Amino acid sequence: MQTLTIGKALNLGLRKAMEDDGKVVLMGEDIGKLGGVFRITDGLQKDFGEARVVDTPLAEAGILGTAVGLAMRGYRPVCEIQFDGFVFPAYNQIVTQVAKIHARSRGKLPMPIVIRIPFGGGIGAVEHHSESPEAYFAHTAGLKVVAVSTPADAYWGIQQAIAAPDPVVFLEPKRRYWEKGEVDPDGSPDPLFGSRVVRGGDDVTVLAYGPMVKTALQAADAAAEEGRSLEVVDLRTLSPLDLDPVYESVRRTGRCVVVHEAPVTLGLGAEIAARVTERCFHSLEAPVLRVGGYDTPYPPSKMEEDYLPDLDRVLDAVDRSMGF
Amino acid sequence: MTALQQGTTEVVDPVPGAGAPHLPDQPDLVQLLTPEGERVEHPDYAIDVSDEELRGLYRDLALVRRWDAEATALQRQGELGIWASLLGQEAAQVGAGRALAEGDMAFPTYREHGVAWTRGVDPLHVMSLFRGVDQGGWDPVARSFNLYTVVIGAQTLHATGYAMGLQRDGAENAALAFLGDGATSQGEVNEAMIWAATFAAPVVFFCQNNQYAISVPIERQSRVPLYQRAAGFGFPGVRVDGNDVLAVLAVTRAALAAAREGSGPTFIEAFTYRMGAHTTSDDPTRYRLAGELEEWKLRDPIARLKAHLSRSGIADADFFAAVDAEGDELAARIRQGTLEMPDPAGTEMFDHVFAEQTPELAQQRAEFVEYHASFDTAGSDTASSEGN
Ligand SMILES: Cc1ncc(C[n+]2csc(CCOP(=O)(O)OP(=O)(O)O)c2C)c(N)n1
Repeated sequence: MQTLTIGKALNLGLRKAMEDDGKVVLMGEDIGKLGGVFRITDGLQKDFGEARVVDTPLAEAGILGTAVGLAMRGYRPVCEIQFDGFVFPAYNQIVTQVAKIHARSRGKLPMPIVIRIPFGGGIGAVEHHSESPEAYFAHTAGLKVVAVSTPADAYWGIQQAIAAPDPVVFLEPKRRYWEKGEVDPDGSPDPLFGSRVVRGGDDVTVLAYGPMVKTALQAADAAAEEGRSLEVVDLRTLSPLDLDPVYESVRRTGRCVVVHEAPVTLGLGAEIAARVTERCFHSLEAPVLRVGGYDTPYPPSKMEEDYLPDLDRVLDAVDRSMGF
Repeated sequence: MTALQQGTTEVVDPVPGAGAPHLPDQPDLVQLLTPEGERVEHPDYAIDVSDEELRGLYRDLALVRRWDAEATALQRQGELGIWASLLGQEAAQVGAGRALAEGDMAFPTYREHGVAWTRGVDPLHVMSLFRGVDQGGWDPVARSFNLYTVVIGAQTLHATGYAMGLQRDGAENAALAFLGDGATSQGEVNEAMIWAATFAAPVVFFCQNNQYAISVPIERQSRVPLYQRAAGFGFPGVRVDGNDVLAVLAVTRAALAAAREGSGPTFIEAFTYRMGAHTTSDDPTRYRLAGELEEWKLRDPIARLKAHLSRSGIADADFFAAVDAEGDELAARIRQGTLEMPDPAGTEMFDHVFAEQTPELAQQRAEFVEYHASFDTAGSDTASSEGN
C-alpha cells in the first residue's frame, strides 16, 4: 500500500503501462523535459526516450490526427491535452475520426487511443483553463469517457484505459491532482467502466464524478452532523453510464441529486435524471435535482466560487429534495 | 527585389531536436542597431526617426519593462493569479505597436502588454485580467487593440477576416496579427496564411520567435527558419532582430504600408528571446541552460538603445533619471490600482453572455441572487452589489 497524490498515481500508472507494452506512446505539448505543465509525465522521457514520450509541435489536431495513424500501425497513443479548453482544435479529429473509425471499418480498425484531459475549475486560472467539456464527448457515439476521482482509480484507470481496445477520453480532475489517497499496486482494480457507491446512506442519493466526488463527500459529512444520511455514488464512467447501482440506491432512498461542474443545461445530469426517472419513477419521493454550473462561460477566477457547486449548494439541493 | 522580398535558404542542423536554441549566423537578420548600440544601415529598411521619437521609444521600452517587473512581483505576492512576462521582448512589441497607424487593428495573444501600451490601453485593464476580475476591461474597438486570445493561433484568422473587411470597405488600413513561434504549428495559423494570401488581405503576421513554446524549443516546431515559410504561402517573409526596436519599427512599418497599398500579407519573424519564465507558473530551469540566458542578456533591447542614445548625445542622464522616476510612478499606480480592484459581483457572469438576455439566464440570475440572500452575512456582498 502506498500513499500517493492523484498526479503521482497517474505518473506511476503511465510508467507501468509503458513497461507492460512497448507499443504505448505518449504524445503531447511539453510532456518531455518539463514533464507536462502538471508534471504528470515527469521523468518518463528520461527513462523511455524521446520516441516514446514525444514532445509534439503545438498543434492539437496534429496530436490526435497522427494518433489515428499510429493506432492503425498497432501503437497505443496516449495523448495529453494540456488544458480542457485546448481540446477543441483537436475536436474535429476526435469526433469525426477517432470516434467513428471502428464503426466505419466494421471493426477492422480499432482505435486504442487515450485522450488525457485535465478538466474542471477551481485553480484560479485564466479563461479556457477550467472547462468541463465532458458532455460533448459523452454525446459522441464511439467514445468512452471516464473521470477519475481518487489516486487508486487514477493509477489503475489510466492503465485500464490504455489497455482498452477503444478510444477513451480520460478526464483528470486538475484541482485534485495534489490530493492524497491509498494505492495498492498489488491489489485488483474495479472495472474501468463502472460506478461505485463510495459512502452508504439512506436519505438522498448524491451522484458525482471527478472533482465533485470530494465535494459530495464533504456535503455528506456536513449533512450527517444534522442527522441526515447521504449515499454518495462516484459515477467514474460517463460513457457508458453504469446506473444499476444508482437505481438500486434511489429505490431505497427515493431521492436523487446529481452534481457536476459543467453547465446544467444538457449536461450529464440531464441524461441521468431522465434515466433515473424512467427506471425509478415509482420509488421517487422528489424529482431528480441537478446541481451544476450556470449556463455562462466559465467566469474569471474571482467569480469561480460563485460558479462552482460547493457543499452548500449540494446541501441546498438535498434540502429541496427532502422538502418535497 | 523590394524590401519585402527576401528569400535565401538557410540550412538548419538536420539532427531532430538537436541542441539548445543557438545564435547562428543570421545573414538575413534585419538590424539597424547592433547589440552594442551602434546605428547601422540596411539597404532595404531605411528609417528616419527624430531624436524625440527615439527618446519616446526608449521611454516605452523602459516603462513597459517596469510594468512587467511590477506585475511579476504582484503575482509572487499573490495579487495576480498568473502573469505572462514580456521580459526580453519589449523591443519587438513596442516596435510593432508603434508601427501601427490610427485605424489599424492589432490582434494580440496574451503576452502583448507592450503593444497594449502603445495602443493606450490602461495597464490596469491588463492587470484585471490576470487578477481574475474580468477578461480584460478595455474597449477593443476604441483602442484598436483586440482582447487577448489564449487559445493559440485563433486570432490570426480573426485578423485575416478583419483585414478582408477593411479591404471590402476600401479602408486604407491594415490588421496586425501577433503570434508566437509555437503558434505557427497550429492548423488555424496555416489557414489564416492561406486565406490572407488567397485574398491578398491587408494583414501582417508578426511572429515573436522567442525560441520556446513553454518548454519546447523552436526546433520542435519548424525545421526551417520561420520567415522562410511565408514563401510557401506565396507572400514575403522577413526576419528582423526582435531586440532592435528600430529595425522592428522599420520592418513592420514597411509591411503595414505594403498591406495598406494592396500588396497583401507579410510574415515578420522577430527573432528574440523570452528572458523570463513562460508564465509565473513555469519553471524554465527544467528545459534551458543558464548560459543561453546570459548570452541573450548581451542583446538586451533596452541597454542597446540606451547606449545609442547616450553615445550620440540624444539623451542625457537627466532624461534617463526622469524615465526611471516615471517608471516608479507607473509601478506605484499599477500596484495600488491592482490592490484596490474590487472583486466582481457574482451576478456579473450572467449579464453579458448574450446581447439579448435569455429567460433561462434571467432565471438563473434571480435564483443566484435569492440563494445568496438566503445566507445571513456570508453571501450578502454578492447580493448587495447586485443592483449596479
Ligand atoms: C490551442 C492551445 N493549446 C495549448 C495552449 C497552452 N499554451 C499556452 S501558451 C503555450 C505556448 C505558446 O508558445 P508560443 O506560440 O511560442 O508563444 P509564447 O508563449 O512563447 O509567446 C501553450 C502550449 C493554448 N493556450 N492553446
